[in-house]
Amino acid sequence: MRPRVLTGTHFMNGDFAAAEGGLAAGCKFFAGYPITPATEVAERMAARLPEVGGVYIQMEDELGSMAAILGASCAGVRSMTATSGPGFSLMQENIGLGAVLEVPCVVVDVQRGGPSTGLPTLVSQQDMMQAKWGSHGDYPIVAYSPASPQECFDITIQAFNTAEKYRTPVLVMSDEVVGHMTERVTIPEEETIKIVDRKHYDGDPAEHLPYRPDEDLIPPMALAGEGCNVHMTGLIHDESGRPLINAETEAILVGRLLDKVGKHAKDIIKYEEIGTEDAVVIVIAYGITGRIANRAVEMARKEGIKAGLIRLITIWPFPVDDIRKLAEGVKTILVPEINFGQIVLEVERVVGGRAAVEKVTYIPGTLPDPDSMLKRIREAAK
Amino acid sequence: MSDSNQDTKAHPIDEYLRSEMLPHIWCPGCGIGIILKAYIKALEKAEIPLEKRIMVSGIGCSGRAAIYLNQDCYHSTHGRPIPFATGLKLANPDLNVSIISGDGDLFAIGGNHFIHAARRNIDINVICINNFNYGMTGGQSGPTTPVDSKTVTTPYGNFEQPFNLPLLASSSGATYVARWTTLDTRRLRDSMAVALKKKGFTFIEVISPCPTGYGRPNRRGEPIDEMKQYQEIWDLREDNWIIQEGADPREAEIRLNENIVVGVFADIDRPTFTDLLQQIEPVRKRRLREVVREDERKVRE
Repeated sequence: MRPRVLTGTHFMNGDFAAAEGGLAAGCKFFAGYPITPATEVAERMAARLPEVGGVYIQMEDELGSMAAILGASCAGVRSMTATSGPGFSLMQENIGLGAVLEVPCVVVDVQRGGPSTGLPTLVSQQDMMQAKWGSHGDYPIVAYSPASPQECFDITIQAFNTAEKYRTPVLVMSDEVVGHMTERVTIPEEETIKIVDRKHYDGDPAEHLPYRPDEDLIPPMALAGEGCNVHMTGLIHDESGRPLINAETEAILVGRLLDKVGKHAKDIIKYEEIGTEDAVVIVIAYGITGRIANRAVEMARKEGIKAGLIRLITIWPFPVDDIRKLAEGVKTILVPEINFGQIVLEVERVVGGRAAVEKVTYIPGTLPDPDSMLKRIREAAK
Repeated sequence: MSDSNQDTKAHPIDEYLRSEMLPHIWCPGCGIGIILKAYIKALEKAEIPLEKRIMVSGIGCSGRAAIYLNQDCYHSTHGRPIPFATGLKLANPDLNVSIISGDGDLFAIGGNHFIHAARRNIDINVICINNFNYGMTGGQSGPTTPVDSKTVTTPYGNFEQPFNLPLLASSSGATYVARWTTLDTRRLRDSMAVALKKKGFTFIEVISPCPTGYGRPNRRGEPIDEMKQYQEIWDLREDNWIIQEGADPREAEIRLNENIVVGVFADIDRPTFTDLLQQIEPVRKRRLREVVREDERKVRE
């Protein structure tokens, strides 16, 4: 029997690594629907979950997949799903429900070219704004972006920990290249993997209020079947879970949900910084583009150009303060993305004219090459 | 004195309801309360422990059932109570998971989930309150509206053929399929108790009056008149109800102002999703041994 954590060095693609990351984080329930280029996550889970006493179910669509992982998590089982653009669109409905019910879960989006059916087999980073705004209404979201199969593994564990800690759905915004790239993935010893559990309600069941938050704005969670008479509704509700259809309750509930993630942004935000101390040109990139930008910045440095890189690992919440501060002493910020300009909008907003912000567009379906990025760095440094 | 005073005020099912949520939002003459009470009495009859009782509901008037019950309740999104319940049940098979939702939620927006959960034989209990229309949004036609009925979106009469729900459920693989009405509360309660104990995907359709949404445009009069008309048209005691054990679901179509077949349409045994999941264990072990042998062979070479 293969163990839950496959300690050792593997030659593995990013999709498999995301599945292994989920298993290492204690995921015992996967509900999904086949879609290119995310299918390998489901395939790996179908083979692996029965080995560790978990459940894999192939649902009838992504609407059902998302609803099912929320249900499983309400029963106390760590759950995840994986999809790509078209399926991600369908999942938005119940991602919103998960945010408002405050149900921990992980969604992996292996991005492909869009819109619509788009470019099923080719890379893009076109779902980055959908990740933030895809479901209706205001709600908190956390999204990470891995740049390698190793990060697919590591970040999926991180995603589960964040989901459990803050009781919220967390997105892993992978892409077709990272998902299908096969590389060395090192899985550490089980004991060394840090696992964070959701706060559990241990009080008197008769006193239970499902949405009474602690000081950190996170309510302890009672599970289905524990006798706490849990009431969860997608309607705007008070601390008892009772729906109250008025602006006051909306202000309290949605305000707290946004603050729950917003006030802990520092704890959630992760990025890699290279050569930013003296940089005149900074590249802000993420996912596979971040990895290529890393190479381009190294090449620029060799030519004597003061270039730097912020490789975002957390996309949402966005590192507003850090980037604003960084922009002060910089001439130009380049934002390469495999889309027609998404995260660049957030960078422009945050930088607010403190530095020039240029978008570097790579058309979905093409993989950026370091040379073209280097060219843009050279021009910007002039 | 105060004790006896309390006694007269207490309703026998008070402890199962969230009294702070009352009064409810349902219209006078609505059948949902009757069905909710039948569910509560069925849980008692089936001796399901309180902490194991899980209610998942969708959106609409019927979806509000999850708001008023004093047990674990999950009020999900429109059409999605079945997959939500699927996750709950597979994650914790000890739970007794039921769904109360409407005909629009379960068979229009959620129709796909219904047939697939029945096909997979997920061990959950689905109770459909069929009032022939979308009540919460003001009486639009739905997937069960009888032909020629008037609703606000079929002002010239509905011309779409409605679903025959017992036939749909039976042919999709449900292990227990029944239909009752809100006039038949004891049979409804007993049938629900059977379904709650029964393994597999069980389905009960309950025909329920909606005086505001469906009764008014179809000139059913006041709520009580609608009840009377239901009774007159489908009168149990006048032999207009056709109650059959093992009734043929193909003959369960509902036509305006015609007799309606109620009864138990299916009561079969077949392994659930969870049962079958256990059965892959030996296959998995055999495959793993083959993989290991293959690896050893490669190492030798």
